[in-house]
Amino acid sequence: MINSSLKQLASMLQSKKISSVELTQSFLTRITQYNPSINAYIALDEAKTLAQAKAADARIAAGNATALTGIPLAQKDIFCAQGWQTTCGSKMLANFIAPYDAHVITQFDQAGAVNLGKTNMDEFAMGSSNETSYFGGVKNPWSFDHVPGGSSGGSAAAVAARLCAAATGTDTGGSIRQPASLCGLTGLKPSYGVVSRYGMIAFASSLDQAGPMAKSAEDCAMMMNVMAGFDERDSTSLQRDKEDYSRELNKPQTDQPLLGLKIGLPKEFFAEGLDASVAQVITAAIDVYKKLGAQIIDISLPNTGLSIPVYYVLAPAEASSNLSRYDGVRYGHRASEYSDLNDMYNKSRAEGFGAEVKRRILIGTYVLSAGYYDAYYLKAQQIRRLIAQDFIEAFKQCDVIMGPAAPSTAFKAGEKVDDPVAMYLQDIYTISTNLAGLPGMSLPAGFAQAKDGPALPVGLQIIGNYFDEARMLNVAHQYQQVTDWHQQMPDLKRA
Amino acid sequence: MEWEVVIGLETHTQLQTNTKIFSGAPIKYGAEPNTQACEVSIALPGVLPVLNKQAVECAIKFGLAINAEIAPRSVFARKNYFYPDLPKGYQISQFELPVVGKGAVSIQVPAQGKKPAYEKVINITRAHLEEDAGKSVHGAVEGMSGIDLNRAGTPLLEIVTEPDMRSAAEAVAYAKQLHELVQWIGICDGNMQEGSFRCDVNVSVRHKGSGKLGTRREIKNLNSFKFMQQAIEYETRWQIETLEDGGSIHQATVLFNPDTGETRAMRSKEEANDYRYFPDPDLLPLMISAEDKARVQASMPELPEAMKARFEAEYGLSSYDTGALTSSRGLADYFVATVKAGAEAKQAANWVTGNVSAKLNAEDKSISSSAVAAEALAQLLKRITDGTISNNAAKEVFEAMWSGEGNADAIIEAKGLKQMSDSGAVETIIDEVLAANAAMVEEYKAGKEKAFNALVGQIMKASKGKANPAQVNDLLMKKLKA
Repeated sequence: MINSSLKQLASMLQSKKISSVELTQSFLTRITQYNPSINAYIALDEAKTLAQAKAADARIAAGNATALTGIPLAQKDIFCAQGWQTTCGSKMLANFIAPYDAHVITQFDQAGAVNLGKTNMDEFAMGSSNETSYFGGVKNPWSFDHVPGGSSGGSAAAVAARLCAAATGTDTGGSIRQPASLCGLTGLKPSYGVVSRYGMIAFASSLDQAGPMAKSAEDCAMMMNVMAGFDERDSTSLQRDKEDYSRELNKPQTDQPLLGLKIGLPKEFFAEGLDASVAQVITAAIDVYKKLGAQIIDISLPNTGLSIPVYYVLAPAEASSNLSRYDGVRYGHRASEYSDLNDMYNKSRAEGFGAEVKRRILIGTYVLSAGYYDAYYLKAQQIRRLIAQDFIEAFKQCDVIMGPAAPSTAFKAGEKVDDPVAMYLQDIYTISTNLAGLPGMSLPAGFAQAKDGPALPVGLQIIGNYFDEARMLNVAHQYQQVTDWHQQMPDLKRA
Repeated sequence: MEWEVVIGLETHTQLQTNTKIFSGAPIKYGAEPNTQACEVSIALPGVLPVLNKQAVECAIKFGLAINAEIAPRSVFARKNYFYPDLPKGYQISQFELPVVGKGAVSIQVPAQGKKPAYEKVINITRAHLEEDAGKSVHGAVEGMSGIDLNRAGTPLLEIVTEPDMRSAAEAVAYAKQLHELVQWIGICDGNMQEGSFRCDVNVSVRHKGSGKLGTRREIKNLNSFKFMQQAIEYETRWQIETLEDGGSIHQATVLFNPDTGETRAMRSKEEANDYRYFPDPDLLPLMISAEDKARVQASMPELPEAMKARFEAEYGLSSYDTGALTSSRGLADYFVATVKAGAEAKQAANWVTGNVSAKLNAEDKSISSSAVAAEALAQLLKRITDGTISNNAAKEVFEAMWSGEGNADAIIEAKGLKQMSDSGAVETIIDEVLAANAAMVEEYKAGKEKAFNALVGQIMKASKGKANPAQVNDLLMKKLKA
């Protein structure tokens, strides 16, 4: 049951083979058993969760269930959820109980989904290993020595360990796709503006986008049907017709379902820096696509190398301003002793933020300062447009772009914490899509043997054109019809 | 060597919208602290701004009113600094691309001493939309400072002039004109006590004829025209004295203390913040199309300049009169209502700009709280025109009306001010006076013109002021020549 797809669970619930309370309880039992070692969840509230499950059962009984009614999900702790501790992985908000719901939370509530709890994450979504969380790191369910990736590391670990049916994540530079890759799941970062950011704690406003993290593309499509949609409270939310993200998946099966699909392989994604064992898995996956009828085209995204420097100007710039509201005045951490107002600001922020957050606030403050703004912020915005232009050119030649989601499999905890630049390079293949505002996803494509240990998951990345999520989900889904990587489960007793 | 003061103004006008500029929170003034503050106003984690279209309309109205360029594309930027009443740690404002560009406001500088009144054009550099901050409340709880975020997010239009003013009088005239204009077009209630209209004044001095600007100091948050006048005069004197004593002026922000009449430096600009402006990624650029402008234009009231020209053409009034009448929307409306109620236009203009305005000034009232309504004034003026009372008697009636003693007819009746219209009665009085003052009559006949006026005075006195002076003149002349 814990390995069932969302579709299967929905069918079991609606045919009353199982109640939401029973299903929820079974996940809660697993959480009690495994979460202490994995640390995927940082806030649990059984009473609230079971009340939702009960309400879902009543709704199912009343015959007005939706596809997700009664299904237990995990929510990244970046989403405000009324009455829930909402920390964003930071000491700054360790005592913050959200008094309102994020749009995404409202959408799931209205669909009747059950909230199992809030998942661990890198502090303010700044990190690629979940090691910057104030609440401690998260273990990769495939190997507890290894990191789950970040920043949506808690959600990734929760899905991989089957501590929830599916989860939400957010992706500013790869925070859904990189942990999905490292934990062996399917994750989608939609086009910018598809999912409302209202109530999602801001890291870098022009890059942040929420999306689903689940076992399969089919599950992601069902999640997207709830998460996506226009919201007038987010000025960057796009006013588009509601779409059914599952629509491409349910077409009749053929031998070559992707006949005619043009897949672009950017040479920059297969250059130096990519682990050979990861490259092998990706190449094998591409071969599967050839068998499914796809045509492979070599392309170039010449400005890929600039994406990390550009990102590390723009994201910290926005973050330095977004995080100014955490001043100890109205909510959040306030130093217990201070001599005057400035001292209160200094001490509260010095105590409330971790090292990586401080590093980025400093970088962001610097690049926005008088005299540096033009050379850094403005220049980075110009290059950002060039990076987007690369993709526009590429999509004249191909329908989707494929490559690795991360340069390596999961690394060991502690391995990169003292080397921020090495950590930043984890997002080399994912960041450019955020800069361009394009949709990207990662799906399990196999395993690679780590140098010093177990075989760990490798993710294949699919990048689509703007608003092409439905097609991307189908491209992933067809692969998952002929492979079973997405159904593999870690052995938690051995990890 | 002669000194010259150079003045520029930045005015924050609170816009009359139903809700805040970036949220649906209400903006009622004087409410209990933090009751007008929603999740966006208090900047909870995760909240986002959404621009209030009504605020944009106000900005367009202002742009149209001062004949300014209205940007087809303007950008909201974040001004970053820490202060407890600034909940996000940044203010959403406009920096490089404001919604309203260059425009101009014509002002009438009143006469001062021997210097006659004159007109001047003050150039507007820009006007931009931004949000107001909250307020710090000190002492509400013993030994503590509180934060009231009711005002946080109130829409503001900040209007910036070129350094075009050369005296405190010009600066005050501009501020008054702007104050009237924003009320005229209905974008601001103009309530200075409640902070709806706040002026920052940049003052510098230089030797007359010098092409270079001196170092300026900015007087913050002046909330009355009287204080503005005093503050500029003090600041100007202080700067001149400082320079003449061999000192130098440092750029600074200063506050005016109304109790001492002095300005005092609050902080020097050297230690001021680097605001790290950058475009707000939560808001799209503000696009204003020609259709948007046309739609707002259609909803605009007639502007002072157009109304002035119309009054001149329609009523044959002087430029001076129409300028005074259109100095405020209220005064213009009052004048129009007076004429509509039957008063003759020239007479109405004289009274509105004369007696009525004098009374309002003396009592420091605005026309909306005039004790005599336009219709009541018209009734009074009709009694002058139809000869019921003299102009002098009308002034007395007006005073009584102002004091609330009733309408014109009732007061004329009660005070017995009706003019004598019966020439027989007047002639009788004249005869009596001539008989009693034979000596004066002789003097007049001997060529002493002054005696005539003395006789008129006697006759008016004998009639208890009710005789029509023109009629008296007429009849007396006839009798003396007879």
